[in-house]
Amino acid sequence: MWAILWKDLLLELRTKERVSSLLVLALLIILVFVFALTPEQLHQPAFGSALLWVALVFAGMLSIQRAFILEQERNCFAGLLLCPIDPGQVFFAKFLSNVCFLAIVEAVVAPLTLALLGLPFSVSLLGLPLVLLCGIVGFSALGTLCAAIAVRTRAREIILPLMLLPLLVPLFIAAVNVTGALLAGEVWTGTWFRILIAFDVIFVVTGWLAFGFVVQE
Amino acid sequence: MKTVTTHSGLVDSFLPWLTCVAMLAALAMVFLYVPNERVQGEVQRIFYFHLPSAWMAFLGFFIVAGASAAFLWQGKRSADLLARAAAELGMVFCSLVLLTGPLWARPIWGVWWTWDPRLTMTLVLWLIYAAYVLLRVFAGDTETVARYAAVLGIVGVIDIPLIYISIRLWRGIHPKVEQMAPEMAWTLLVCTGAFVCVFTWLLRLRVRSLHLHDEIRALRQHVVAAS
Amino acid sequence: MTQPTQQTSWVVEARNLRKTFAWTPVLNDISCRIAPAEVVGIFGPNGAGKTTLLRLLATLLTPTAGRLTLFGFASSELTVRRKIGFLGHESYLYPDLTPEENLTFYGKAYQVPNLKDRIAQQLESVGLQDWRTMPVRYFSRGMEQRLSLARALLHAPDLFLLDEPDAGLDPRGLSTLHATLAQAKDRGKTVMLTSHDFERSRELCTRALILHRGRIAWQSDAALPSPQEFIEFYTAYTR
Repeated sequence: MWAILWKDLLLELRTKERVSSLLVLALLIILVFVFALTPEQLHQPAFGSALLWVALVFAGMLSIQRAFILEQERNCFAGLLLCPIDPGQVFFAKFLSNVCFLAIVEAVVAPLTLALLGLPFSVSLLGLPLVLLCGIVGFSALGTLCAAIAVRTRAREIILPLMLLPLLVPLFIAAVNVTGALLAGEVWTGTWFRILIAFDVIFVVTGWLAFGFVVQE
Repeated sequence: MKTVTTHSGLVDSFLPWLTCVAMLAALAMVFLYVPNERVQGEVQRIFYFHLPSAWMAFLGFFIVAGASAAFLWQGKRSADLLARAAAELGMVFCSLVLLTGPLWARPIWGVWWTWDPRLTMTLVLWLIYAAYVLLRVFAGDTETVARYAAVLGIVGVIDIPLIYISIRLWRGIHPKVEQMAPEMAWTLLVCTGAFVCVFTWLLRLRVRSLHLHDEIRALRQHVVAAS
Repeated sequence: MTQPTQQTSWVVEARNLRKTFAWTPVLNDISCRIAPAEVVGIFGPNGAGKTTLLRLLATLLTPTAGRLTLFGFASSELTVRRKIGFLGHESYLYPDLTPEENLTFYGKAYQVPNLKDRIAQQLESVGLQDWRTMPVRYFSRGMEQRLSLARALLHAPDLFLLDEPDAGLDPRGLSTLHATLAQAKDRGKTVMLTSHDFERSRELCTRALILHRGRIAWQSDAALPSPQEFIEFYTAYTR
């Protein structure tokens, strides 16, 4: 498992294409929304949180797809399956590398978004990274499972969002509400946060168990 | 060469008639027997089709999940085809809910669509069904895709409680059925029975047609190999 | 479950293997036993199921029905993979990594001891030691195939599975391949390879199989036939 994770990070270090393209994409999405909204709407915490998550979900979908397209080029995924590694561990390696990349992207994008929208930094120093990480974990777990399926079908670019977005509904609603409360300076560790955690736990376990069925041929 | 005969003749000759009778009875009760609802009037009668459709959509989902699990467990083609047929039917009934919902909402609330939790939930379900069906269309009919679809079907059903809870918390208005007149309860019961019949009948037809597809393909290969 | 399920000296033991793709059989009723130090050539027309058979033996595919035992273990056990080296049509090498990094990754995945020395030795044996820091993307087809051979043999497997290993190799690569296989044979390793060229494989092989329409149509007995005889068999059995 660590071998795969090491290899994914090394590949990224070599090409630097994944993190850099995701970063630019996330910023572009935020820019598009800024232009679409009126200035009054922009400064509401609810919009800030919605914006953050829309950018994260769309950039994240690209990221997770890259993780498997990388493996397709010389059919490397078959090489990986030849190795004496349990499919569950392959899942964790892919999942963790994606969490790493998205966390790096968010570390830049989240503060920038707050600054661009004029939202306060102070309230969210500890909470925001934690909430973002929880969202990234759930997203990556379900995303890894769906992308492993999508990448080996025709029309994989379209099938991934079709599968992933409806399944992500609970994560998205919960994350937006937690972040919204956080940015507005309200209590954020309530029911929504618990739903977020539940989503993470459920889909990390599901992904780990189901991955074997997906990679087996 | 094995010929597929997976259905008992008795049920299949009986079921269409039962479905017809149940459906006629249901229509008669909805339009002739049951009284008008006090507040909403005539239009509320659509409820007797709306709610059973929603139940069938859910039923479809659970059949998909059950058959998917059976397929992953044993790898039987029949389980895979059952999951596929149930998904297609589930999507049809989901569509019915999404069509009758606005028809009902418009005269009552004055809008075509409200983001009430159950309607929203049905929309999300419909989208998951759509992804499932499209996956099978896009990816072709192979063992691998059957496994993908099975995983998606199971993940979908695991997700349902979470979707339900989060949508419930997110928003909440829906006509609360407090106490139903006995006539209304009976009508609902008969309608549900009729819908179960329609669902089962269509499901069996679809499963059989999928099996026949397989048989045709096998025969075609047989012919090609022989020539 | 690291104990063999049954004590056996067979490297490969296949019983009534069947594999379907898109619900149609590609391999049917394949039964064979292969002992250590055998070199088995698998021949047959395109679409006969040669690649599928090798991929099944490499545990890349799971059989639809039948039983496959490798080194006495069920083929689904992870441990058998340590003993198998597979060379397929694709190289399984990451284009953006160098040979050294590619081999380091696979070496770690297989938990190869003394990895650094082993990699240096492998790169030298395929003649790529001077290219070890160049990304694989810039390699020629033949170089990539040679590196892929080094990858397949990195963890010193006991069973080599080679799918048309001579495709795309230059004369130098071919001689490396033949030397490697001859050496493996001497060390008691088992080799299975697919090929279209019986004449060239004949000196290596100890046994030949002809696959046709997903079945084993013919197997050689103790002695291999002459090329002329083989062609007669081949035309007779693949009609």
